[in-house]
Amino acid sequence: MRLTSETGVVCLHTHSRLTLSERGRKRKTARMKRFPILALLLWVATMFYVGIFLFVGGFLLVRLEVSRSSSCGDLLTLGDKGGPDFCQGEPRFQRAVILIIDALKIDFARFDAQNTAPKPFENKLPVLEEVMSSQPTHSRLFSFRADPPTTTMQRIKGFTTGSLPTFIDVGNNFASSAILEDNLVHQLGQAGKRVVFMGDDTWESLFPKKFHRSLPFPSFNVKDLHTVDDGILQNLYPTMEGSDWDVLIAHFLGVDHCGHRFGPDHPAMADKLSQMDGVIRSVIGRLENDTLLVVMGDHGMTDTGDHGGESLKETDAALFLYSPAEIFPPPGAEVEPEVVPQTDLVPTLALLLGIPIPYSSIGQVLLPLFPRDTQTAGALDYLTQAEALWINSKQVNRFLETYSQMAKDIPPESLSLLRADFSRLSSEYHKAAQKGLPPPPALVAALQGYLTAVRDTCRASWARFHPLKMVAGMVVLATACVLCLAVSELPAVLVEGGSLRVPLAVGAGLAGVVAALQLLNGGYTDVSWCLGAFALSSQLLFLWKLWCTRGSGGKGKAGRRSLLPQLTVPLLVLLLRCASLLSDSYVVAEGRVATFLLCSLGIYVPFCLNWDGLLLPVNHDPSKPPGVHPSPTLSPSTVRRESLTLLVCLGVLVGSLYLSLSFHGCREEQGACSPSAFLAPLSRVQDSRLRNLHYILSVASLAAWTYTLRRWLRHYGNLNCAGPAVFTARWLLPVASVCLALHWAVSSTPEESFRSLSELIGLALVALPRAAYSLLGLGVALIWLDPLTVFLKPRQPHQSRGSVLPPRYRASTGISPQAELHHLIPQLYQRMRRSLEDGEQAGAAEEDGRPAVEAYGLGTVYSAPLVLQWGLLGLGLLMLHSEGMALSFLLLLLEAAALLHLHSSSTSLALLQGAHTGGFSVPWTPVLLWALAATQFFHATGHLPTFPSIQWGAAFVGFPKGHTGTLLPASLVTLNTFSAHILFAVGCPLLLFWPLVCEVRGGRRGRGLVAGEGEEGEDAVMEMRLREKPQQFSCALLQLASRYLFIHGAQVLASVFAAAILRRHLMVWKVFAPKLMFEASGFVVTSVFVLVGMAMVMRVDMAVGNWFKRLLPEQSR
Amino acid sequence: MREHEIKGMVSAHTIIASSIFIATVMPLFFVEHFSVYGTHLTWLYSVSGSVAVVNIIIFWLLGISPPTKKHTLGYKVSRAVRSCLYFVLSCLFFHLVVVLTVHPCSIRCLCVLGPNVQTWIRVFSRDGAMSVWDTSLQITTASSVIGAWLGAFPIPLDWDRPWQVWPISCSLGATFGFLTGLIIAPAWIHWHRKQLTYKSK
Repeated sequence: MRLTSETGVVCLHTHSRLTLSERGRKRKTARMKRFPILALLLWVATMFYVGIFLFVGGFLLVRLEVSRSSSCGDLLTLGDKGGPDFCQGEPRFQRAVILIIDALKIDFARFDAQNTAPKPFENKLPVLEEVMSSQPTHSRLFSFRADPPTTTMQRIKGFTTGSLPTFIDVGNNFASSAILEDNLVHQLGQAGKRVVFMGDDTWESLFPKKFHRSLPFPSFNVKDLHTVDDGILQNLYPTMEGSDWDVLIAHFLGVDHCGHRFGPDHPAMADKLSQMDGVIRSVIGRLENDTLLVVMGDHGMTDTGDHGGESLKETDAALFLYSPAEIFPPPGAEVEPEVVPQTDLVPTLALLLGIPIPYSSIGQVLLPLFPRDTQTAGALDYLTQAEALWINSKQVNRFLETYSQMAKDIPPESLSLLRADFSRLSSEYHKAAQKGLPPPPALVAALQGYLTAVRDTCRASWARFHPLKMVAGMVVLATACVLCLAVSELPAVLVEGGSLRVPLAVGAGLAGVVAALQLLNGGYTDVSWCLGAFALSSQLLFLWKLWCTRGSGGKGKAGRRSLLPQLTVPLLVLLLRCASLLSDSYVVAEGRVATFLLCSLGIYVPFCLNWDGLLLPVNHDPSKPPGVHPSPTLSPSTVRRESLTLLVCLGVLVGSLYLSLSFHGCREEQGACSPSAFLAPLSRVQDSRLRNLHYILSVASLAAWTYTLRRWLRHYGNLNCAGPAVFTARWLLPVASVCLALHWAVSSTPEESFRSLSELIGLALVALPRAAYSLLGLGVALIWLDPLTVFLKPRQPHQSRGSVLPPRYRASTGISPQAELHHLIPQLYQRMRRSLEDGEQAGAAEEDGRPAVEAYGLGTVYSAPLVLQWGLLGLGLLMLHSEGMALSFLLLLLEAAALLHLHSSSTSLALLQGAHTGGFSVPWTPVLLWALAATQFFHATGHLPTFPSIQWGAAFVGFPKGHTGTLLPASLVTLNTFSAHILFAVGCPLLLFWPLVCEVRGGRRGRGLVAGEGEEGEDAVMEMRLREKPQQFSCALLQLASRYLFIHGAQVLASVFAAAILRRHLMVWKVFAPKLMFEASGFVVTSVFVLVGMAMVMRVDMAVGNWFKRLLPEQSR
Repeated sequence: MREHEIKGMVSAHTIIASSIFIATVMPLFFVEHFSVYGTHLTWLYSVSGSVAVVNIIIFWLLGISPPTKKHTLGYKVSRAVRSCLYFVLSCLFFHLVVVLTVHPCSIRCLCVLGPNVQTWIRVFSRDGAMSVWDTSLQITTASSVIGAWLGAFPIPLDWDRPWQVWPISCSLGATFGFLTGLIIAPAWIHWHRKQLTYKSK
């Protein structure tokens, strides 16, 4: 054995050494259940996944974006002779004025002369009625039906691209909201039209640099009714009177904001609508003959003034078309549509203005605006109805072909039907064209039918919530939460006899039945329903079994326990946290809310202990109520020290919470807020002195992180052996941190200062992070390979013969007995020995048998690899963040340590004073603190639950030139986003180990007493206690994991409810839907890493088992 | 005896509660532009001051104060100094940690318990109350703290009210909690007078 000087020092000061009896022969029969626990947890997590999948499948509609654009030279169908399709006719209009009045509901625009007592929103736009009655061939009012989601941004996308935007348009660049799909504004620009925009600044972010001239006004403040409108009015008329425009878009927000603020039934709405009436009048008065006026609302509003959903009140807006020239047939001459879908505006405007229809449009031209045949069109070569429809159909067909090659979400049978339809129509049209006859009206109707069918097919797959799926998802999620609670309440039942096989088999069978039924009925299977059936049936069966067997877990009167826990303060806090997810203000302020709740719950701990009289040593007065035995070995100073530790930890916790607030980012909803200065990468800091200061701070925190971890391991004697895990701790961890520090240094150097070294810098930018990645990966692999950090030392003879009584503990140095108490060595592993030895031999062992070996680091054999892995992971995640976040990560370490110590000292206080908490089980409070800390550090590492705040830079750490695939950058960004979730999930089992690790410092005797052993001076055996009672260990582990999963799962459930209930809320696509996405992904990441942490514990347990097996034959005589 | 005590407590609490109202109303006549939101600190000082004075007078009159063993001048001075110190410390504690100023509570604690940390800690445990006044202290303090805690809740909401600012809503919550506690305490004690048993010191 190699004993370096370092180890020697450790020998003197290591306080965690276990000695084993040489006489061990028998092994305990009970073993820890490893596989069943992991399988159960995996199954529970899968249930959550299924619930999330079902709900998201019904709530978030996904559509692929086609990135192609139309152009004038396009030939829409192959082999179709006759020149380019778009731009073939003379454009009907040279110019257009588009007035968008946000939330102009159709009810606002209609005029009813008989109505003598109009409400504030009725009969306020008389200009429309006046124009329509005086010039019936110049104007029309239609009901303009929007597709859900009826929010402004989605609507603008809808009526410029002609498609049905969903919440997630895949292919969309999340970092900016610019529209990349082909759209009207783009086509107008291509055709050389000068587009002038004024109004809602959403347009500016959707179409950056696309306008000839743009006058955006801030749209964010919903309470501000006038800024945008007044801004437009100042510029609208001068612009119109000038000649520097072809298409003028003005987007008024006043009506919408008035609805949000006061509702439609309010005098302010009357004022606003009257103002709009005046605007329309003035604009009509300034129009010229070649100009088309479009007045439209982008969506409607409910009676309370909200929108976002799919009710008719929200979807039905007004569309008013007017031109000084005649464009419409006289009323009654033709059948005209009553309701115009919003997408139809796009092809209509495009063909009227003589530009190509945007590629992805699925709209249908508005026929009344086109002449029926060439006779009525006069001398000019305008497009007729049939021609316009034919071009429109070809364009839609082309889009459908392209889309169906990219995505498979349109059902194949309807696709083939549509294809057949189109080819039939195409041949009919060609036949008619060859004869030189105008196409028959039946063909026009058939083309219209085809376009409608395409739109309906697309809408069915893109733009409709599936309420049934949403409900099913919520039910599965809620049942999964109940399941988690039941598991955490009754782990013993599960560990003893719980079997997953029957529920799984029944679930799989039912899923098969559902699939077969679907196949028989519709000819295809929907995976989500099969999964839903599987999840729900297996869950219910499992709960039913648990309900039936709950009595068998405990014996006697306490046997029948309830499946659900009682409402206590931590659960109340969790309830508050979940309730806060239902309010947009609290979601916006989530970082502070989590900090506040965490702080409250932390402060609650000592208050609760004090209320139970456990914080201070009890005075031994006779009036003490009987029943609680004051422990004879209880020393007030121990209690006081523990209390002091507890309060210091609380101080550290509160301090780090307070400091962590300075690392938050800012949402756009938070007006007066500036993001933390540490969020920006160092290379962007201009002042060199400040940059150096930041760098030094970051490197210092990095060093502190590494040093703390190593110090901890050394303190508990885990750095003595020569195993791979120790190699990792000794070498890989520091080397990786050095790599990281160098990488920061290189990446933050300003490029211009070392121009000559640019190649070297480029190389370092690639090599250093990759080296760190591989070192950390190697470290984790080594830990998994051999997680043991135990060093065995053969016992030196006659070492402890000095004292009269055979000592139970032994200090390494000759310090005072009082100090020994605090720094004692957990030496003689009594319990284990007793279980190892036969009864008769035990007596002999007491007399002459000496413990044969001393094992350094056995007391922390479980937590050491976990802590090490935690540290390695933390370094890796830190690398993905900007340099300044090192401080935040150090705070995270501090806070995690404070939480662990808070938990351990409150446990030992409870134990010291005789309040038995039962087994190793971790109560709700620390678990909730731990879970809240994950949410809090999600925010304190600069993350926010919004898509623009994702730190894309993480994908380029070590890959400055970008990636070829998408998997690697996606996983890097995921790791970066959920780093707090990952760290706290992996560290979750530490909550179980920490009270045992810290037990040495005072809980020794008390615990022995509580454990029911009359023997005084029970040796501290730290985590070996867990091996003693594998059953309890398994229970506690299962309970801990299920509690942690429950807390996160309940938050997912709450945000799912928020999204479902508030799907018509103004903020649903800005706040609730992103929050749901982040919460759900956070849960997935958390559950995966909880399983990783648990698997690590199982791996260690296996290794320890093997180690004992190896050791005992060696040592036995 | 118990009935007598409860009656005394009701009247004492009524006086304290009315002193809060008076302290809110009186500055209107003396301070220009006085309002609870606008000049929040002034209001807070006025309320705390009046409650402190009223408390001290009441408890001195009722003779509910910790038993004193020695009556030398030096002891009294040191007691006074320690009282002030603890008062300032408790204000700091509440200000920093519970993000509020429960001055009325701490002055009450001082009056009833005296400057002894052990007693303070002892009172706030389950079996720690040794008299009706201790129980009332437990209730009023707990309701103040809970009130202040609940007072933090409306801060993030977007109602744009002037009181939705950090110290104001918390101290308003604490004041309302304190007032509620003043009402609840005698009622609760009256309700549970049979169950309540107090040990002698």
